[in-house]
Amino acid sequence: MQIIDTNVNLSRWPLRRLPLDDPAKLVARLHHQGVVQAWAGSFDGLLHKDIAGVNLRLAADCRKYGNGLLLPFGSVNPALPDWEEDVRRCYQQHQMPGIRLHPNYHGYQLDDSRFARLLELAGERKMIVQIALTMEDERMQHPLLRVPHIDTGPLLELAGKRYEVPIILLNAFRSLRTEQVAKLVAAGNIYIEIAMLEGVGGVEKLLREVPIDRVLFGSHAPLFLFESALGKLRESALGGTARKTIGLDNARRLLTT
Amino acid sequence: MLNAGLHPTSQVLAQTGHGNRIAARAEPDRLATETMRIWDGHTHLANVQGGKPANRMARLLEYADRMHIERLVTFMGWPFDYNPGPDEIRRQNDQVLEAIQAWPERALGYAYVNPNHIDRSLAEMERCIVRGPMVGIKLWVARRCNDSALDPIVQLATNLQIPIFQHTWLKITGNLPGESTPADLVELAVRHPRATFLCGHAGGDWEQGIRTVRPYKNIFLETAGGDPTAGIVEMAVRELGPERVIYGSDAGGRSFASQLAKVSAAEIAEQEKRLIFGANLRRLLGPVLKTKGVKR
Repeated sequence: MQIIDTNVNLSRWPLRRLPLDDPAKLVARLHHQGVVQAWAGSFDGLLHKDIAGVNLRLAADCRKYGNGLLLPFGSVNPALPDWEEDVRRCYQQHQMPGIRLHPNYHGYQLDDSRFARLLELAGERKMIVQIALTMEDERMQHPLLRVPHIDTGPLLELAGKRYEVPIILLNAFRSLRTEQVAKLVAAGNIYIEIAMLEGVGGVEKLLREVPIDRVLFGSHAPLFLFESALGKLRESALGGTARKTIGLDNARRLLTT
Repeated sequence: MLNAGLHPTSQVLAQTGHGNRIAARAEPDRLATETMRIWDGHTHLANVQGGKPANRMARLLEYADRMHIERLVTFMGWPFDYNPGPDEIRRQNDQVLEAIQAWPERALGYAYVNPNHIDRSLAEMERCIVRGPMVGIKLWVARRCNDSALDPIVQLATNLQIPIFQHTWLKITGNLPGESTPADLVELAVRHPRATFLCGHAGGDWEQGIRTVRPYKNIFLETAGGDPTAGIVEMAVRELGPERVIYGSDAGGRSFASQLAKVSAAEIAEQEKRLIFGANLRRLLGPVLKTKGVKR
């Protein structure tokens, strides 16, 4: 089975070395497991102020490793000065198909006017916007780096207005119940991925609430083990078509529309 | 025709036409679990569809079959109760008894006990373990486990040569009032050096949990329930040795997939994975399984 993984990160998680935080090793593992494309953000985007430098390195690493397997999704922090230039560079200079946001690490909420402006800019360029609702279980965070999950309430209204921008919620299931995800998906052009989806048979249960064309494969590798997400497609009672839709087709369609 | 490569129960289930299971069987095993003889040391009937206990266990086993899990250890009925009273303790253990007695080749159980109700807890151990099929005990969050109230329970478990599964978690967000940390478990383990303890969830914050239990050889680290964060099993093996690490999932609240990945995708030797996936638990359960006539 070929897979597009919509949720990986390069560089180093700030709190621990990871077995696959070397991009060559990560790419090798992904390739071995059938990944044909991985949408890569950067852990540096969480805390670095020099976001332009983060995106330069991300783009360079994606060119260097994997023979095109890695597709960069640059960081944008609308709380930084001149942040709109980062959007322009992601699109024009680095030719990134999308951007990845970490509002909880950047100190703004989704009802911030700068976020609305960001959606406008992304929409004009037909870029995909990923929002990482969280990066880790809040119960085990470092005491000096306690970062709350993102409040997705404002998205319900915004998504309806910005229908031309596909929004992918990464790591949604740590903070959102399935019914909340279903409401968001129904509100606009919103997608979710399965990296933090839990519960036995989680994918088949999710598909009872959310249309399959909004469900993407995501692993949150290398912080999470890639095989976790891979196993979820086996664990649930899915046919081959459903697994291909989630594992490949939905992401491919997002890139081509 | 039966597929000789499938576990017997899987053969029966395959015959009923679960296409996904058959399709999964035909794919290469990218998850590397097929030959591991996996015993899952931590599952629940809660959050599993099916109504009655035996049906819930059947449902759980359907998922387990897709993931090549040979046997499940289950405990606590539903709904989850932080501090069950005497009658509720018995009712929940009855649920588990019904489930495991319907699937004796595939399921084992631990008796749920509550140190706030010692007499009932000891009676349940007598009923469910000495005279029944259960093979261990589960302690959850009714009372911090370093409390001396647990001593009679632990003493009986020691005499019965059964493992004591203690839920542990160290939360920066704050523990429940009766929720034990790995350090609490260490106090209990030091008081009972002949007892065998399973440190549930690796202490939650596993980087601290592993270090906390490291010096105490009668504490084994159980992997279930936290996120599939890379590195947990590598650190556990490095610091405790592979013989002290026990795989569990916390399914149905957790997926089998995320929890299996912690071991299957860990950068450790194949033989170490086999130990963690099942051989260690079979070894710990050896004495009590022998009394029950259960083959390992």
